[in-house]
Amino acid sequence: MATTTTSTIVIDPVTRIEGHLRIQAYAETSDGKSGKITQPALSSSTMVRGLEIILRGRDPRDAWAFTQRICGVCTVVHGLTSVRAVENAIGIKVPRNADYIRNMMIGAQYVHDHVMHFYHLHALDWVDVVSALKANPASTAALTKLNNPAYKPNNGALPDAAYFQSVLNKLNGLVSRGQLGLFANGYWGHPAYKLSPEENLLLVSHYLEALAWAREVVKLHTVFGGKDPHPNLVVGGMPCTLSTNTGAVNEEIGGTSLNTAGLTLIKTAVAKMKSFVDQVYMPDVVLVAKRYKAWASIGATAGNFLSYGEFPDPKLVKQEFVDGAIDYPSGYVFPPGVIWAGALGKLEPFDEQRVTEDVTHAWYQRGSSQAVHPSRGWTVLDYRGPPPDGTAYMLKESDAYSWIKSPRYDGQPMEVGPLAHILTMHARGTQPTDKLVRRFVQQIWTNPASNGGLGLRFDQLNSTLGRIFCRMLETKIIADQMAGRTADKAAGTPAYPGWYQLYYSNRAGAYWNPETFRRLQQPTLWPNNGIGFGFTEAPRGALGHWIDINPGTGMIDNYECVVASGWNAGPRDAGGTPGPYETALQGHVLADLSQPLEVLRTIHSFDPCIGCAVHIIDANGTPLVQVNLNHGAGPLTKISCAAGSV
Amino acid sequence: MTVAFRNRATTPVSPAPAQKDIALDDATASRLLEAGISRRRFLSYCAGLASIMALPQSMVPRLAAAATSPTKPSVVWLPFQECTGCTESMVNSFAFSGGATIENLILNLISLDYHETLMAAAGDRSEQRLKEVTKSGHILIVDGSIPAPWDGSQRNGYFISGGRSGAKRFEAAARTARLVIAVGTCASFGGLPKANPNPTGALSIGALMTRLGIKTPLINVSGCPPIPEVMTGVILYYLAKGMPALDSQGRPVMFYGDTVHDDCYREEFFEDGPFVQQFDDGVSRKGGCLYKVGCKGPVTHNACSRIRWNQGTSFPMMSGHGCIGCAEPDFWDGLNFEGKQGFYIPLGTGSGHSRGMPCETCHSDGGGDDDDDDDDD
Repeated sequence: MATTTTSTIVIDPVTRIEGHLRIQAYAETSDGKSGKITQPALSSSTMVRGLEIILRGRDPRDAWAFTQRICGVCTVVHGLTSVRAVENAIGIKVPRNADYIRNMMIGAQYVHDHVMHFYHLHALDWVDVVSALKANPASTAALTKLNNPAYKPNNGALPDAAYFQSVLNKLNGLVSRGQLGLFANGYWGHPAYKLSPEENLLLVSHYLEALAWAREVVKLHTVFGGKDPHPNLVVGGMPCTLSTNTGAVNEEIGGTSLNTAGLTLIKTAVAKMKSFVDQVYMPDVVLVAKRYKAWASIGATAGNFLSYGEFPDPKLVKQEFVDGAIDYPSGYVFPPGVIWAGALGKLEPFDEQRVTEDVTHAWYQRGSSQAVHPSRGWTVLDYRGPPPDGTAYMLKESDAYSWIKSPRYDGQPMEVGPLAHILTMHARGTQPTDKLVRRFVQQIWTNPASNGGLGLRFDQLNSTLGRIFCRMLETKIIADQMAGRTADKAAGTPAYPGWYQLYYSNRAGAYWNPETFRRLQQPTLWPNNGIGFGFTEAPRGALGHWIDINPGTGMIDNYECVVASGWNAGPRDAGGTPGPYETALQGHVLADLSQPLEVLRTIHSFDPCIGCAVHIIDANGTPLVQVNLNHGAGPLTKISCAAGSV
Repeated sequence: MTVAFRNRATTPVSPAPAQKDIALDDATASRLLEAGISRRRFLSYCAGLASIMALPQSMVPRLAAAATSPTKPSVVWLPFQECTGCTESMVNSFAFSGGATIENLILNLISLDYHETLMAAAGDRSEQRLKEVTKSGHILIVDGSIPAPWDGSQRNGYFISGGRSGAKRFEAAARTARLVIAVGTCASFGGLPKANPNPTGALSIGALMTRLGIKTPLINVSGCPPIPEVMTGVILYYLAKGMPALDSQGRPVMFYGDTVHDDCYREEFFEDGPFVQQFDDGVSRKGGCLYKVGCKGPVTHNACSRIRWNQGTSFPMMSGHGCIGCAEPDFWDGLNFEGKQGFYIPLGTGSGHSRGMPCETCHSDGGGDDDDDDDDD
C-alpha cells in the first residue's frame, strides 16, 4: 500500500470574486501530483473595515449610503436593507410605486449579477480559452444556431463564421502580442476542462457580448437612482419621481429622469434582461451542465437552507401608507423559511430568535465561549493570526482565522443563496412562480436525458452544478416577473403583466411618504422605541440589518448586519463544525495539486462576496435588542427592546 | 440671497461631428482599417472625448494615436479596503460587439495584466503574475484605502492578502510603477474606512506614499465610484500627453475643475427658485433645486452633471436626489447647516460666499479662465 501524505493547498487570493478570500484545503496524496480532499477546508476572509462602528452616532437617514458601500456589486440590496430597517424602526410605510421600483432595482441587480457571475467570474473554471483558439468558426456558427437560435448580436443576424473568426482574431491578437492580460496564467489545458473547442469559443463570445449587455441593463438603476453602482435611495420611498416635463430635462422647464425617454429606457432594459436570459444564459447553462454532470455529485453542503424572503407583492397594499409591504406580509416571490437536511420538500417557518453568531474562530475579542444572538455580539477587532510579510504565512483551524464570524441557526450552519431560494419556492408550491420553478426543475434537471433533460436526482441540486442551475433558474423567474410572462399551460400558471407594466400604470401615484422625516423626530410614534429590522434576499442570500435609533438624539446607537456570504463563507464554530464552503470542499478529487481548478469551481459556485460578509456587531456586549419576528401569515414584525442603551 | 453661480450649457457632451481637416498619421489610419473601424466614426469619437476633457480639437490626432497604439501599456489594478464598486463602474465602460466597436478601443487601449475580480489566474498563479507584471514601467491603479503599515504591537491585520500586509503589497507594486492612479474616494482620500472613528487606521494612497517615501507620480480619481469615462479619459490623456493638470486634491482639473452644481440643469432654480421642500412634492416633479433637501452639489467637484452616468443616462439630481458629495475628501463626516452631519441637512445658508468662504473652497482652485466670473461674487 502506497504511503499517503497530506498536501496543503493554499489559494490566496481567491480571484474572480468580490472581496478578499483565502482558502486552505488539505489533500491526501500518494504520488505528490494528484490527491483527494478528505477533511473540511479552511475559509478565511482577510480584510475588514469596521463599518458598523462607523455608523454609530449618525443620522439614520444616511445609513443606507454607508451600508451600500459594504459592496459595490450588491449595490442595491445593502442600501435597501438599511432603508427598510429604518422604516421598520420608525413605523413608516412606503407607497406602492416605491415597492414596484425597489422590486425592479433588486430584480435588475439579480439579473445583472447572476449573468455576470456566470460569464465573467465563473465561466473560466469551465471554459478553456486556449482550447477556443482551435475552434472551427463555421462549426461554431452551426453550434450557436442550435444552442442560441434566437440570439442575433451580429448586426441583427445570427453569428456566422466571420463573426467567430473576428473573436478568434481578437484572441490570437492577444497571444501574438504576448499580452494575454486577464487570461494569463489560467489553468488552461487542465484535464478537468471538458468542452469542445467550438463550445469554448461560443462561450468566450458570450463572455464578451455579456459585457455590452450588462452596461445597458444597469441603466434601470441609473434612471431610478441617478447612477450605477451606488444608486441613490431614501428612507420612506424613492427619491425619483415622475417628471411633469415629458421631454428632455433642461434648464428652462426642468424635469426629471422619469420622463418619456427614461420610462422607455427602463422598459427596454427589462426587455433586454429577459431576452438575454432566455436566449443566451439559460441555454448556455444547460450546455455546460450537460458536459459537467459529474459536478452534480460534488460540492454538497450539510444540506440546511435558510431564506428571509424577498419581492413583496405591492398589490397587497390596500391603502397607501397604511398597510404597505413594510409589514412583510405573505406574498413574497421568495418565501421566508428554513429547509433541513433530509427533508428538502418541507418548508419550516423562520424564527429569527434562533440565529446566533459564534466568534471562536474569528478575529474579534471573545466575550463568551457561547454563541450569541446578533444583537448581543461583540465588536472589538482583534487580529490573532500570524504576522504578515514573512516567508510562510499559514492559518490554523484550531485558532481564530477569519474576519467573518460563524452564523448559525439552531446551532447549525446554513447555506443561503440561489439554491435556498429555489428549494424554498419548490417546497411551498402555491404561488405561480413556485409552479414555474417546479416545471423547470422537472423539465431540465430531473427529466431523463432521452427527453432532453439532465436526468439528475432532485436532491443533487445540493451540489456545485446545482448552485449554478438554481442561480440561472431564479434569474429566469425574476426576469419574467419584471418583464411579464404569458400563461403557461404546462405549469398551470396565468399570464402576468410584470412589475414594469404594473408600475407604469401607477406611475402618477406617490413615490415617497411625506410623514417620513417628521416621524424621525417623533419618537413617541415609533413602534418599538427605535429598534428596527430590515431584510432582503440578496443575490447571494439572506441579508439582515438591525438598527437601534436613540429616541433622545434621533441618531444611531447601534447597527448590525448579518449577511449572506457570512452564512456561506464563515469559519468553524466552537464545536468545530465547519461552515458551508469548508464542508463543500470535502471529497474533491484534484487531478493536479499545483492547479486546484476543482476547488475554484466549488468556491465560485457560491458566488463569494466577501466584502459583504465582513462586519462587526454590537460593541459592548450588553443585550441591546430583543427581536421577535413573525414572518409569513402574521401582519407585523414584532420587535421589542429588552434593555435600553446609554 | 443671490449667489451668482455660473450658468453654463447643460446638455450632456455627446460626440461632436468629426472635423474633416483632422489628419491621422498613416500608421493610425491603417490600424483602424485593420480593426474595421471607419475613420469618420473614430474621429468623431475622439472629438467627443476631447470635448469631455475640455481639450482643444488639435489634440484629437494624439488621442487617436494613443488609442490605437500597437504597444499597450501594462495596467495593474490592486484592490485593498474596497467594495468593488470602482471595478463595477469601470466594467460599465467596456463594450464588445463582434470585435470592432469604438468603445472596445478603450478596452484595448491598455493591457489589463492584473485585476483580481476579472483575471483567470488565482492563488499562486496570480501571485506569480503580480510579480511578473510589476517589475517596471506599469501603471498601477489602486482602489480602496490601506490600513497603516503592519505594527506587531497593534496586531493590525486588517488587510492581508497572499500573506502580505496591504502596505507591503502596495509598496512592492508602487515603487516600480511609472504612475499610480488612486481610483475612487477610498483610495484618493481614505473614504468610507477612514470615516470617523476610522476603526482600522485606514490611509489614503497619497498619505501612505508619503509615509513610505514613495515618489511615483500620483493622480487621484475620486468619486464613489468614479465615472467610468473619467477613469478611461485620465488614462488616455496620460498616454497621449503625460500628467494632466491637478487641483489641490491631486485630481485632474479637466474633470474635477467644476462643481456638479455648475453644470446642473437645475442650477437656475438655485438662483430663482423654486426649491424642492420634500421628496415627491410638486416642485420635485418639476425638477426644482434640491439644495433644501441636502444637495451638496455646490461644494462637490466632479463631472456627473456634465458627462452624466451610464452613457449619459442620468445623474443623481436628475433622478431626484441631492448630491451626497462623494468625490470630496471626508464627505462622510462633512458638516452642514448648524454644524450638523448628514446627506439631508442643507449646506450652510448662502452657500460659501455669504459665509466668507474663499472661492477655492467650492470652485476649482487657482481660478483659471473658466472661473473668472466667480471672482465677481
